[in-house]
Amino acid sequence: MFDVTKIRADFPILSRKVNGQPLVYFDNAATSQTPTQVIDVITDYYTRLNSNIHRGVHKLSQEATEAYEAARQTVQKHFNAAHAHEIILTAGTTESINLIASSYTGLLKAGDELIISALEHHSNIVPWQMLCERTGAQLKVIPMTPKGTLDMQAYDALLNSKTRLVFVNHVSNALGTINAIEEIINKAHAVAAEVLIDGAQACPHIKPDLQALDVDYYVTSAHKLCGPTGVGMLYGKEALLNKLPPYQGGGEMIATVTFEKTTYADLPHKFEAGTPNIAGGIAFGAALDYMNSIGFEAIASYEADLLNYATTKLKKLPGIKIYGESALKTAVISFNVMGLHPYDIGSILDQMGIAVRTGHHCAQPIMDYYQIPGTVRASFSFYNTKEEIDQLVEGLQKAIIMLQ
Amino acid sequence: MKTIAERQQEVIEEFSIFDDWMQRYEHMIDLGKSLPLIPVEYKTEDNIIKGCQSKVWVHADLEKDQLVFTADSDAIITKGIIAILIRVFSHQHPKAILEANTDFIDEIGLKEHLSPTRANGLVSMIKQIKMYAIAYQTQLN
Repeated sequence: MFDVTKIRADFPILSRKVNGQPLVYFDNAATSQTPTQVIDVITDYYTRLNSNIHRGVHKLSQEATEAYEAARQTVQKHFNAAHAHEIILTAGTTESINLIASSYTGLLKAGDELIISALEHHSNIVPWQMLCERTGAQLKVIPMTPKGTLDMQAYDALLNSKTRLVFVNHVSNALGTINAIEEIINKAHAVAAEVLIDGAQACPHIKPDLQALDVDYYVTSAHKLCGPTGVGMLYGKEALLNKLPPYQGGGEMIATVTFEKTTYADLPHKFEAGTPNIAGGIAFGAALDYMNSIGFEAIASYEADLLNYATTKLKKLPGIKIYGESALKTAVISFNVMGLHPYDIGSILDQMGIAVRTGHHCAQPIMDYYQIPGTVRASFSFYNTKEEIDQLVEGLQKAIIMLQ
Repeated sequence: MKTIAERQQEVIEEFSIFDDWMQRYEHMIDLGKSLPLIPVEYKTEDNIIKGCQSKVWVHADLEKDQLVFTADSDAIITKGIIAILIRVFSHQHPKAILEANTDFIDEIGLKEHLSPTRANGLVSMIKQIKMYAIAYQTQLN
């Protein structure tokens, strides 16, 4: 049974005050808050287990290794990957994307085509632009529609035999649009192109089944789903990851080293050079366990209710314009009040203890499309409440009076 | 002519009458609205400071041995703080501007707007004011 009061008690930060007011945290799309169940795992690791993994013969190292590898299996099961060694634990979504972009350098040639979408975060644009500069490949962009969805007919027209890779986010960070990734993946496969899906914004709300999606690469970050910062996932199909050259050289990723020739370790270690974020990896597993204990169906239906409630209430405010009106979206509302600057609104809400995001959300092409400097973005999580949304609406009413 | 320190003290006293943040912000918004607009010829790409959040334009002229600043922003709270900074730093000798600091902003409870994490262009604007002061100081010598 979904009990938000009980859930909120798991998050110590939700009871703190900001500027003398109880915190209302609506910046969940930037980072989610951390429950005691995850904080305790991090504390326990440094209290009881701390040691280096995969190479010690001593007890602590063995226990830490077991905990780290158990976390990898938790991640594998959560995302329904075929093998645990298809899960590469990285520093996060950005590193996962850069790993793939770097590893494809030798596999692409001038004239090859890569497709991204107009809804991408800068982290899913810039690494591919850099890859194109290195290889002479060309970047094509799936355009967006006024509702903030992707123009799928235009996507069809972009696909051809020169298409090698397609990169699209599962959910847009700036607008909350859920993209039709099944269709995107199937159509890319029809021209023998590979697909990377950026799941950073989807995973807090949706539990993707990677084998059912038949996706080639899927990346995400732990800190968006109640885990710590500095850890994330790169999923890749075994056959593809085996074909790719290593990303970084160092310890852990080798089989044998001589000055003449080094051979590389098997998956996943080939892509995990150096001592990893051990506590972070273990806590990533704990975060998924925590979210699964609440249940993604319960989370989705509760958040859909919050989104409807907030959308209806916000639309009643004078001069409000909501960006991103896809029929399928996560609990994110990106908006402006006509004539007011998002920075001013965000600053006043902050004085009332309400945390929202303002600016271009690292998605400048979307802001350029709408010809706006940025938006105010309120992003909700399963631990938020309708009472908090009421406070946001009251806060906005005050801000509008003050600023006009 | 009042010194920068005297003007800063004036601003601190002006803000000390407010009991809460809302009054402080309302005053700042009023200051922003009453700031004379930057002449169109100075509202150029060259004079723009692109923050992640709000844009700031700043321009300086030398009148005798004093620097005169004009500035603008697309966000009204940023503009309010610009109005305060201009009141303090405009019509001053470049040397005095170089020696001054902006600690008074902390005292009037607006410190967070000068934090680099706000990315509103104000930190860069203060740097730009100092750069103008260095440039014109060299010219005066």
